Amino acid sequence: MTPQFNRDAPVLEVRSLSKGFTMHHLGAQMAAFDDISFQLRAGEFLLLKGRNGAGKSTLLRALYRSYLPGGGEILFHSSHGVIDLARAADVDVSLLRKTEMGFVTQFLTARPRVSAEALVAEPLRLSGVAQEDALEQARHWLDAFGVKRTLWAAYPTTFSGGEQQKVNLARALILPQRLLLLDEPTASLDASARAALIDRLSELKSRGTAMVGVFHHPGDVAQLIDSEIDLTPDVKSLEERENVVV
Amino acid sequence: MSLETLTKSWEPMSYGFLDASAKREIRRKTLKAIAVPGCQIPYASREVPMARGWGTGGLQVSCTLINPDMRVKVIDQGADDSVNAASIRKFLARVSGAPVTMDTLEADLIQSRHRIPEEKLREDQVLVLQVPNPEPLRPVQPNMSIARQMHADADYGRMWLQLYEQIVRSGRVMQGASYPSLVNGRFVMTPSPIPRWDVPKMDMAAHLTILSAGREKRLHAVPPYTRVEPLVFDDVPFRVEDHGRLVCTRSGARGFFMNEIPQEDGTSSFEVSDSELGVKTIHRRDGDAARIGETWYTDGEMAQ
Amino acid sequence: MTLTLDAPRFVETKPLLTARNLSKSYGDVQALRDVSATVYPGEVLGIVGESGSGKSTFLRCLNLEETPDAGSYSLDLPDVQGNLFDLDRYGRRMLCATRIGIVYQNPHLGLLMGHSSSGNVAERLLVAGERRFEVLRDKARNALDASEFPLDRMDAPPIELSGGMQQRVQLAKAIALEPALLLLDEPTTGLDVSVQALVLDTLKRLQQERRITMVIVSHDLGVIRTLSDRVMVMRRGAVVEEGLADQVFQDPQHSYTQQLVHAKL
Repeated sequence: MTPQFNRDAPVLEVRSLSKGFTMHHLGAQMAAFDDISFQLRAGEFLLLKGRNGAGKSTLLRALYRSYLPGGGEILFHSSHGVIDLARAADVDVSLLRKTEMGFVTQFLTARPRVSAEALVAEPLRLSGVAQEDALEQARHWLDAFGVKRTLWAAYPTTFSGGEQQKVNLARALILPQRLLLLDEPTASLDASARAALIDRLSELKSRGTAMVGVFHHPGDVAQLIDSEIDLTPDVKSLEERENVVV
Repeated sequence: MSLETLTKSWEPMSYGFLDASAKREIRRKTLKAIAVPGCQIPYASREVPMARGWGTGGLQVSCTLINPDMRVKVIDQGADDSVNAASIRKFLARVSGAPVTMDTLEADLIQSRHRIPEEKLREDQVLVLQVPNPEPLRPVQPNMSIARQMHADADYGRMWLQLYEQIVRSGRVMQGASYPSLVNGRFVMTPSPIPRWDVPKMDMAAHLTILSAGREKRLHAVPPYTRVEPLVFDDVPFRVEDHGRLVCTRSGARGFFMNEIPQEDGTSSFEVSDSELGVKTIHRRDGDAARIGETWYTDGEMAQ
Repeated sequence: MTLTLDAPRFVETKPLLTARNLSKSYGDVQALRDVSATVYPGEVLGIVGESGSGKSTFLRCLNLEETPDAGSYSLDLPDVQGNLFDLDRYGRRMLCATRIGIVYQNPHLGLLMGHSSSGNVAERLLVAGERRFEVLRDKARNALDASEFPLDRMDAPPIELSGGMQQRVQLAKAIALEPALLLLDEPTTGLDVSVQALVLDTLKRLQQERRITMVIVSHDLGVIRTLSDRVMVMRRGAVVEEGLADQVFQDPQHSYTQQLVHAKL
């Protein structure tokens, strides 16, 4: 498969990003991370490393704007143009989340009385794919992640944690996006589902999706990793693989 | 110049019973009501020697309109000879010197409770209807201030809702009398407790109808040749009472609104509700001279 | 410490709802202080705050039941122009009847308790001028069905129904005319928890399927979190914080919001 994208095209430019939390009830400030800078190109995979509490998940959430950054810039090269996610209006962030940036966790937000296949198909439908096509693709991905065929039309609210996780991954990864943020999606995933996940991630990557991920066992995704940032305080050195990271 | 030439001599009672200012007020309010068809106009409503609720509203309008050349007919539920009709008729004659009649065709002023005569009224006749409750919105909006706002806004959705509820509960519109009707495309009025049978008679009628509620101190009017449309759903047509095929057991009149008279054996017999029409029909049957005018209904069907 | 956000750049549609600097006092009590909000088509704005925070007053202003002392309110709809507070009673009534749906916490405010449930829904259509009985019947049935109301009870009066069912009738009435804006004032407060979940679920599904623009007011963070895209936090008549729903709940900035979030989660 020939990648149909420009490998040099930047997707994300993070400059001097910082985040702290003010805890009013304690009258205290807590810094999560400070002065983070990196650049991510299309099809590039960045691993966030660091010991517990180093701020890996916090950084991911700040990139997704679930956390409000304290300072710095997150320049996202969207299809609409470049926008600083640290300062973008809420509605712009909402729009980009629907169309260009995904956040993958291990937890499914199931809705009562929505079938697994409908739930998985939803991102496609919202992006304009016809109902039947979307369901078709949804079934394909449910199958790929090893969700039993008998469960496709059932409501995931009743599924076991493992099955819910697979539905969640199918849903989160069904729509190719420009930027994908991965928050330990492999945790407690069985081997075959993990393999399916890695297949899907490498496929998306080869089609140009840029990814930033936190993995408990980075070995799971070793072959995908292009670069790493260690967020452990005082470890400022950035390990480099193929691509140069600031 | 003496006091005597400048003033009127003392009389025990004003002409037509009501004093001049009361009559002037009612005349003005009546003109206003005619100018805004179907709109309820408040008026002072004086005391008359009759209890509120027995037709004082109609009586005040009649007393105001009456003059010695007007022939007066009074009907109660279609009958000229009921105690109430007879009393009001006598009272009107006594306070005005006006002649009285029972024949619809001869009458200039007709005061009526709950019926419109079966013979068509003419442009030179005035019908005064006694109204117990002039507010059609009362069943759906007990707060009269809000009801007035609803009239101002032509906010009549709830009137239809009432009909909707009747159809849902009973399979048909149950409203028997006082059927709410839209006057001149603007105001919904209650046409007083006339049966549904009489409502179509008001539509584009040649005569003036004045509806007056003494207790509620409000009057409204349907001027000649004014549209009066009973509220209906587009797909549920308005239906009058099923009296078209009934025959009066006393006169043989057929195709008019009937009074139902229960019989000992559980059946019913019927008598034509417009008593004078019945009388004239009997005269005619017996070969006596009786002129029956053109009727709104022919063979039980309303002429289109 | 936090950055000031830019104006929207990518969203191409105009906001459906724009309320600017609404202020309202009742005697010495200032119920609203300079409250502004914008809501985009298809968006759900949640407003949280404790009782007395002004959130319900704000919603009543949006439903034109209340006129603020100052401020403007517009809806970007064909044939709807200018500051809606300038409309007279008739203009307000017609606008609310045809374009805005509302579900109150207290069903007595929104329903004719003695009329049939279907009649309550039909009333909306009657105000808008529908005069065909069968069409009224069909549309009422459809709206009740969409609100997951059991149709075999459609002619029962709300007074005979449970709280959850009454809310469904209100909802059916509110959506019967496919309003541009749906306002929800504590729609599940006072219901049993399990019933609350079902009503929320219906709201969520309707929102997903019909993309109705909603403003929902609640003191219940769970309700707001389930339904909203964006959240406004109100206290003592003023907005203390607003942002994306997940951000406000995960990274509250204002001390009051932190208190709320910590107290509830």
